[in-house]
Amino acid sequence: MSIILECKNLSKTYGSHTALNHINLSLESGHIIGLLGPNGSGKTTLIKLINGLLTPSEGTLSVNQAPIGPKSKSWVSYLPDHSYLESNLRVNEIIRYFKDFCLDFEEERAYDMLKKLQINPNDKLKSMSKGTKEKVQLILIMSRRAKLYVLDEPIAGVDPAARDYILETILSNYDEDAAILISTHLISDIENILDQVIFIKDGQIALNTSVDNIREKEGKSVDALFREVFKC
Amino acid sequence: MPWNLTSDRPIFLQIIEIMQLSIVSGKYAPGDKLPSVRELATEAAVNPNTMQKALQELERSGLVYSKRTSGRFITEDLNMIEEIKSTLAREKIETFLQSMKSLGFDREETISLMKQTFENMKGETP
Repeated sequence: MSIILECKNLSKTYGSHTALNHINLSLESGHIIGLLGPNGSGKTTLIKLINGLLTPSEGTLSVNQAPIGPKSKSWVSYLPDHSYLESNLRVNEIIRYFKDFCLDFEEERAYDMLKKLQINPNDKLKSMSKGTKEKVQLILIMSRRAKLYVLDEPIAGVDPAARDYILETILSNYDEDAAILISTHLISDIENILDQVIFIKDGQIALNTSVDNIREKEGKSVDALFREVFKC
Repeated sequence: MPWNLTSDRPIFLQIIEIMQLSIVSGKYAPGDKLPSVRELATEAAVNPNTMQKALQELERSGLVYSKRTSGRFITEDLNMIEEIKSTLAREKIETFLQSMKSLGFDREETISLMKQTFENMKGETP
């Protein structure tokens, strides 16, 4: 077990608005962690900080002991909540891109998963349904041998059957040396595959514990506890 | 097909119960090799660490054992399997009797109702 992500006293402010407020957090390898919180709680800000898309206003964060930079980016596989892929490209062209940009990308695994899902690598992204596009992106992300996978809303746009496949993909590509951080609103769909959950509320960590701990202590699911903690 | 897990109880406890049931019902025979943690976790759609914890618990109880390099196996101790089978049966019966009681049936009434039901079901199931 090694520490994959460490945030110390991490804050991010946008003008007078505080998005993250002095967060201390460390994530260990070998875990699948749910990052849960209502809209505007700071989830995406944290994710963007991890990926170097934002810089901290205060405090530090590191991935596998390295500061955020080219090195940390080579270890983090990131699925953003919006697609950044050119929709005119074919899947096999995108795979070539990934191979060029990510040294840890395993082409074979990507083609394997595409085949399993009966997605034609010659198809253009724009000819695909929303769900299929999301599957393609997840396949690309999970085909890397990263240390930290950061998945921002990976199952939001897909039907329940595809959701099961996506969860299965995450589980079967899970690596004990890596950690997976998943941000989502669809808690009940993914809570069985999580072992750790982080509740984030008004830019602060409200809870950081294991799923079975919550169930044992509270006698309810993470989903039910979430509804209680964040009751509007 | 993910396993049928309820949302209000610890997942590892439910996995233990399902595995016990698979063993006493013969889905896994004595001495059978269990699939790997990862395979079982994927099948059940649960976190591998949670599956690992459940299997370790089953190992502690003796129902499964591990060979250093070749994986986990179901116990060959038939007495132990029988014992677990009767424990599970007793638990089911207790739950049933409890719910009959809350419906307002006493012992005698419950027994006679059961006999009646058995008569009606003759030729159908069990």
